[in-house]
Amino acid sequence: MKFTLSWLKDHLDTDASLEEITERLTAIGLEVEDVDDRAVFKPFRIARVLSAVPHPDADKLRVLTVDAGPEVNDGKPLQVVCGAPNAREGLVGVLGRPGDYVPGLDVTLGVGKIRGVESYGMMCSERELQLSEEHDGIIDLPADAPVGTRFADYADLADPVIEINLTPNHPEATGVYGIARDLAASGLGTLKETPVERIEGEGECPVRVRVETDVCAGFALRRVSGVSNGASPLWMQKRLKAIGLRPINALVDITNYITFDRGRPLHVFDAAKVEGDLIVRQGREGDEILALDGKTYALGPDICVIADANGVESIAGIMGGEASGCDETTTDVLVESALWEPISIAKAGRSLGIITDARYRFERGVDPLFMEPGLDLATRLILDICGGTPSKRSVEGVAEHVPGVVTLPFTEVNRLTGLDIAPERQLEILRNLGFTIRSQNGEDAAEIEIPSWRPDVAGKADLVEEVMRIVGVDQIASRPLAPLSGVNGRILTTTQSRDRAARRALAARGMAEAVTYSFISKDHAEAFGGGSEALRLANPIAADMSDMRPSLLPGLIAAAARNFARGYGDTAIFEVAAVYRGDQPADQMRVAGGVRRGTAGLAGSGRAWDGAAPSVSVYDAKADALAALEAVGAPADKLMIDREASAWYHPGRSGRLKLGPKLVLAEFGEFHPKVLKKLGAAGAHAGFEVFLDALPEAKRKATKTKPVLALSALQPVRRDFAFVLPSDVEAERLTKAAAAADKTLISEVRVFDVFAGGALGEGRKSVAIEVTLQPSEKTLTEADLEAVSTKIVANVETATGGTLRA
Amino acid sequence: MSETLETEVLAAIEAAGDEASLEAIRVAELGKKGRISEMMKGLGKMSPEERKTEGPRLNGLRDRVQSAITERREVLADAAIAARLATETVDVTLPVRSSPAARGRIHPISQVIDEITAIYADMGFAIAEGPDIETDYYNFTALNFPEGHPAREMHDTFFLQPDESGARKVLRTHTSPVQIRTMETQKPPIRIIIPGKTYRQDSDATHSPMFHQVEGLVVDKSANIGNLKWVLEEFCKAFFEVDSLKMRFRPSFFPFTEPSMEVDIQCDRSRPGEVRFGEGDDWMEILGCGMVHPNVLRAGGLDPDVYQGFAWGMGIDRIAMLKYGMPDLRAFFDADIRWIEHYGFRPLDMPTLFGGLSQ
Repeated sequence: MKFTLSWLKDHLDTDASLEEITERLTAIGLEVEDVDDRAVFKPFRIARVLSAVPHPDADKLRVLTVDAGPEVNDGKPLQVVCGAPNAREGLVGVLGRPGDYVPGLDVTLGVGKIRGVESYGMMCSERELQLSEEHDGIIDLPADAPVGTRFADYADLADPVIEINLTPNHPEATGVYGIARDLAASGLGTLKETPVERIEGEGECPVRVRVETDVCAGFALRRVSGVSNGASPLWMQKRLKAIGLRPINALVDITNYITFDRGRPLHVFDAAKVEGDLIVRQGREGDEILALDGKTYALGPDICVIADANGVESIAGIMGGEASGCDETTTDVLVESALWEPISIAKAGRSLGIITDARYRFERGVDPLFMEPGLDLATRLILDICGGTPSKRSVEGVAEHVPGVVTLPFTEVNRLTGLDIAPERQLEILRNLGFTIRSQNGEDAAEIEIPSWRPDVAGKADLVEEVMRIVGVDQIASRPLAPLSGVNGRILTTTQSRDRAARRALAARGMAEAVTYSFISKDHAEAFGGGSEALRLANPIAADMSDMRPSLLPGLIAAAARNFARGYGDTAIFEVAAVYRGDQPADQMRVAGGVRRGTAGLAGSGRAWDGAAPSVSVYDAKADALAALEAVGAPADKLMIDREASAWYHPGRSGRLKLGPKLVLAEFGEFHPKVLKKLGAAGAHAGFEVFLDALPEAKRKATKTKPVLALSALQPVRRDFAFVLPSDVEAERLTKAAAAADKTLISEVRVFDVFAGGALGEGRKSVAIEVTLQPSEKTLTEADLEAVSTKIVANVETATGGTLRA
Repeated sequence: MSETLETEVLAAIEAAGDEASLEAIRVAELGKKGRISEMMKGLGKMSPEERKTEGPRLNGLRDRVQSAITERREVLADAAIAARLATETVDVTLPVRSSPAARGRIHPISQVIDEITAIYADMGFAIAEGPDIETDYYNFTALNFPEGHPAREMHDTFFLQPDESGARKVLRTHTSPVQIRTMETQKPPIRIIIPGKTYRQDSDATHSPMFHQVEGLVVDKSANIGNLKWVLEEFCKAFFEVDSLKMRFRPSFFPFTEPSMEVDIQCDRSRPGEVRFGEGDDWMEILGCGMVHPNVLRAGGLDPDVYQGFAWGMGIDRIAMLKYGMPDLRAFFDADIRWIEHYGFRPLDMPTLFGGLSQ
């Protein structure tokens, strides 16, 4: 919503400065978006051309001497080179001098030398000052224009333009009059009450109106015959131009003017171009209109139209049609002032993609009681500007306006805002805003009637807001929130704590945290077990962002590929976020996932003088998964491993970490080459996902005391064994069998060598272990050691089918 | 004679170039059959008078030779170590691999959520969460969005496929549905913040189809706009780490609050690429807030004449951009490793109030 200061002062009697007004507007909820104080015009002066002689070296240029009054150049004439065809001796025009910014050219003038002749300024055209598109010559003012004065003052260009950013409520502020009322209520002046003259007219309106749709809540029409539709008066043109509207002709300009002045959109039809009655109805198959913006729109059943025998003439509440529009030849005009249902207009405008000043107002809600006065106001201006004779009003389909009434307890303002406002003051504010006090229920409350122009006000909280915005939010003192306890306890849920623990643990392993989109392409989702219909977006922003992700891995692998494409192939990235297995809240699961690419292992990537980092492998992913699990409190010593990871992993280089036989806590591994190919990825990748919600919550212990630490005074003894085993026997079977030989004595079994091939032959491998024996009571004798060693060998041979290596 | 001998032996010791030749001298002089040992053996045959002079003389000779050998041995040992150390010299300017904890990074969004959490935890707030995939009821209806509100349109909101009844789930457009979910399950007093992912059909330098919001909700029997102002002022001072900060509350409009306000904070934007808070005379819009709308309280199962409260919402990505200076929101979700390394935080830099939120 834009308006000028002088326009506001038509309705508001005030001495307040521009700054006070703009500050107050923002303070009462009409946020000032922009103030153009039009300072850009200030430097330009009215100047008279004293002499004009041809340029010695250029046919089309003239050298002028210009008098810009006593304040310019100490009253001495200036030399200006000018190319305008109308530059001549005696012309009074507008001078810009070195240092002045010319808005239409976007340049700051300097002292120039044009074909060898110095020029100390420029005589401006209208286009150069952005007053119009006129550029055939320089501005040619009447001979009596006051030389030396500021052009802006002379041409009334100093009127500041204020733009407010209107929230979806406050329909009253879509008109300058309503803004003036709000400002007056806030104490910044007095509203100039300007009752609209009632014009009855003569004779019936010859065009009849039939309303066939609920979208129309009233339709008033009148013909004014015998008008002459020239240019609108300069004062009106100036204001329209100042707020960015192009003057068209008097009839159209009058409707635009009232739209902004009163928030009351109107439409004018050229009566000669309307055939038969006007029918207000919903669009039909095949309806279309060439609208006033020069575009053709197809109008379906969701769009309300105004049609005559020729077809659709106007899109209700949004835009008129070219065919019945008014131009200079118009002599009889039909003026429409109608009411439209806001939601229908908003929907129609959105579906057509048309934003107009009319739609802006109708979708907020236009004052139903100003429909007929609006028509009369337009009629008055038409009669004054264009002449003519008005018919009577034809008014159809008016829905009765029942004003809303709200009970306001006087304590409510204090209850919600903390402000202490006396009941009389509350009522005064509401009265100034146009509310009617129906009755006062004793000391405690009042019945408040809502004015017809405030459809946004419905309850007592709305009335509190009205009082608050007029008093000023800055009058509300900050008040500490009373603490609920002395020292606050833990506030994170277990899930939230796990998120954080996993995140910091993975970052501490050299991985960079990414945040990727929750939606991925259908292909990628399908490759990771997703892509179900329930998780497909109906309106994705791009084709490759269509499906809710079933896993973090596709997003991370794709991110690693993007980094590779930029020249960064060795990346370790992770994410802790949600994945979606269905559209129910319980289907959303927290996952910590990560991908290492190239050589980005724990120790670092790439080549170094002390050795190049190897390609990442399943073991990097396993270590990451274990680290994340340990960080979130999983019992590392109780985890089981199997090889049943999901299909997108490499079947021979992947596994799952489980707690018990069924509870899967994580998957890890290298990826299936077909899946990598589908994601456009190549090279070494290893990744994992830890399912953070899967881990059962630990029982709260009664004490935080740690178990007693029992330290042995005796040195541990270490013994090495190497076994030859069938290749498919897993190392864990061997280590478990060895450990079982003496559970109290054996404290650790560590695999320190794995070797296959060579003399061992096909299908066999050698695994070497170091067994640590920790005596607790007495030093071990040779016989003790012999006994436990024999037991270890026997256990391993039985469990694995292997033999002790000779 | 023995003085010549001493001079000669000490010179030989001094000249010994290694341990072996030094040992040879020791054996030759002080060994069982060494020259000096032999001379000492002669003492027994001497007269007491002779022994009186010769004894001390020979003992002194033996001691001086012995200590010369010991000294020389130390010198030789030191020289040997020095020589070995010299051969062990390496180029200490060669680079070493950085530690994983120095390389890893926490994304600015996670870090800022931790900063926000630290501040609100101190004010007694708990953290609530809810699903990203929401029903129309929780995302709109319960929050007092009228039918036909523009936010319910396809061009603003992401919808999923319709179910059998034609109802379509949405990707939540704000974290506000969690207000309702919390009120449904928890009796006042309620003090929660709700950080999380939100989604809207939008994409440019300051809008992304996915972004992050933090919502706050206080419901009890007395919470009013004065309290709301205090909470937000305390938060902004703590978050932007300035001692004082001017804030401007402007009446505004949201369907789920009444009265509603937008809040601007004082800042100085005169330096390119940098925003300073708590100084300057520029205002920057930072959040929306208001008293919870009576219809929203009702939807949460609370009587708006008994309970009251306030709520606010702000963009996590946006305040991260303001505080740490990232120019483009879309880069947050691109996982460009160079961006994460530059704008990310070290894993052990955990924001706390006692240590300062940021380094």
